[in-house]
Amino acid sequence: MYRSHVLVCGGTGCTSSGSLKVIDSLKTELKKNDLEDEVQVVETGCHGLCALGPIMMVYPEGTLYTRVKDSDVPEIVTEHLLKGRPVKRLVYDETVTDTGVRSLNDTNFYKKQHRIALRNCGVINPENIEEYIGTGGYEALGKVLTEMTPDDVIKVLLDSGLRGRGGAGFPTGRKWMFAKGNAADQKYVCCNADEGDPGAFMDRSVLEGDPHVVLEGMAIAGYTIGSSQGYIYVRAEYPIAVKRLQIAIDQAHKYGLLGKNIFGTGFDFDIELRLGAGAFVCGEETALMHSIEGERGEPRPRPPFPAVKGLFGKPTILNNVETWANVPQIIMKGAEWFASMGTEKSKGTKVFALGGKINNTGLVEIPMGTTLREIIFDIGGGIPNGKKFKAAQTGGPSGGCISTENLDVPIDYDNLIKIGSMMGSGGLIVMDEDNCMVDIAKFFLEFTVDESCGKCAPCRIGTKRMLEYLTKITEGKATMDDLDKLEELCYAIKENSLCALGQTAPNPVLSTMRYFHDEYVAHIVDKKCPAGVCKALIGYHIDKDKCRGCTMCARNCPVSAISGTVKQPHEIDAQKCIKCGTCMDVCKFGAVYKE
Amino acid sequence: MKSLEELKAIREKMQGQLGLREEENAKTRVLVGMATCGIAAGARPVLTEISDEVQKDHVKDVMVSQTGCIGLCQYEPIVEIYEPGKPKITYVHMDKDKAKRVVKEHLEGGKPIVEFMLHTVRDAENSAKNK
Repeated sequence: MYRSHVLVCGGTGCTSSGSLKVIDSLKTELKKNDLEDEVQVVETGCHGLCALGPIMMVYPEGTLYTRVKDSDVPEIVTEHLLKGRPVKRLVYDETVTDTGVRSLNDTNFYKKQHRIALRNCGVINPENIEEYIGTGGYEALGKVLTEMTPDDVIKVLLDSGLRGRGGAGFPTGRKWMFAKGNAADQKYVCCNADEGDPGAFMDRSVLEGDPHVVLEGMAIAGYTIGSSQGYIYVRAEYPIAVKRLQIAIDQAHKYGLLGKNIFGTGFDFDIELRLGAGAFVCGEETALMHSIEGERGEPRPRPPFPAVKGLFGKPTILNNVETWANVPQIIMKGAEWFASMGTEKSKGTKVFALGGKINNTGLVEIPMGTTLREIIFDIGGGIPNGKKFKAAQTGGPSGGCISTENLDVPIDYDNLIKIGSMMGSGGLIVMDEDNCMVDIAKFFLEFTVDESCGKCAPCRIGTKRMLEYLTKITEGKATMDDLDKLEELCYAIKENSLCALGQTAPNPVLSTMRYFHDEYVAHIVDKKCPAGVCKALIGYHIDKDKCRGCTMCARNCPVSAISGTVKQPHEIDAQKCIKCGTCMDVCKFGAVYKE
Repeated sequence: MKSLEELKAIREKMQGQLGLREEENAKTRVLVGMATCGIAAGARPVLTEISDEVQKDHVKDVMVSQTGCIGLCQYEPIVEIYEPGKPKITYVHMDKDKAKRVVKEHLEGGKPIVEFMLHTVRDAENSAKNK
């Protein structure tokens, strides 16, 4: 037994900032100090504070170290782990108080969070099934198999109000009820781990930090609908998630929690992994199932819905990773407990991946009904460099922007749709005054044009035409007539596309047109980009009064577009200028400006 | 896994160990002096013994940790016990066996061991007697 546990984040964020090196160094130093039998090193999943990685937690004190480098490790080992003196310079600022170290749960980042789906992320070793069991894991499966009928399970889920966390928000209990009601010789349970929105990493973090919870949720569903086979469709671009899932499946087999005759109840259930090659459309349920079958990943019209005719033509349920992560706890703690959190029609919590112009980039889980203001300014720590908040984008390429006027709307499925965005899977990208909203819309359109599978014309051709209009606008070549046509095209694509990819592709355009119409007009009529992003519409100039003729700009210009003699004001040749902005960065007198 | 009992056994085994990672504010703190003087006098086995016993017996809401030198080097190894709302108790000249008794009798049984103390606190004695 160990007297101290050192948890080092092995999620994707911290791994890329060097946490594996920290772990190696930690093991070496512990050995050197003869502490390897007293201090346990645990590689965990994501803690959420990705911006400050690599993250290290030392228990039993609960000290949080941030931005730990392998060169810091010897000091941590000899000072903290041996002598009990925390290394103050590395401790997370907010936890340090005059009287000592404050609990992590009292910090702004964690205070308003409520971790259900993420409850084990950053707390347990995801590669050790016994740690999952130690936190109550697989008890829900045991309870379901020994004490509950399939109808009981469905009733609990219906009462809990759990809705699909993949984005559309369909009630999970109802989905299961339909699948249970359709008789068949074989049924399937699938997990959608094909998280593809730019900037989203919620599912990835759950899979990396707590893979067993997904397996347990799926096994419960298998019992409920009468299925003996599950598939997890996970992106091959998530190597750590794939590896940990495989380890989890193998361990669950070894412990008899998957396979034949689970808990001696005669219930058989098995799970296999299927790797996706990264096509965005494969996150759509029918395309995903085609891909599992080995077919080309293309959607098909619904109905029939998967609950009737899904994978291999059999009744199938497909839920998202985060939905699965909620199921075992709802079983254990009851529908009432879950329904006590959230808003009237959206119960429980939601995980968001905070990204973009925000101080605390990372992963947060908040009760439904929390406002965007709380997420961005309280939990997220606000906008860096004193810039002004402009908008937040939710729902990725299918969602829309939330502007300042809606900062205080309680976030849930229905409210977000009302204000022209959507919950989506949980990516939340924050934008400040330096972001051009037309450019943002164009960015997402470029993504959908790339990812459109090409099966139906509205999506294949329509999104391409939309992108052309947007490009025209950002180049200052569009007319107000084009803007009307663009809007009309948006509605046509929404109504006529085969699957959600096309049906939601115009959302980023429509919502930016709704809230930032003046920016579109500025591009079209004034030929100006107010945020100074669209290259065709800006030019760099030198303020003659401020310029001291130091030649710094001229020497750094990569295309020699700046001329002038020493100690005389310089000038930029607009014909040669490639608008890279280097002159503005290097000028010490603030004489370069863009317009 | 052929039965729920097996699952429960694993859970119980792990729970004590994972309890180390729980963060509760109002819990008993057991601090072992681990400055140079403490380590030289043999504080390390005392610390590991207390930590192991606490985990083995699933003693709830107890945090076992190190502290620095409190200036009484001749009395090391020293173990201090802070219980919410009670006076601090300081055990001196500790060793592995004494440590084990402290866990069993004091932390689990609620009866401080007067003979190991640096100074006896009347309140503690009284409360021990009253129980």
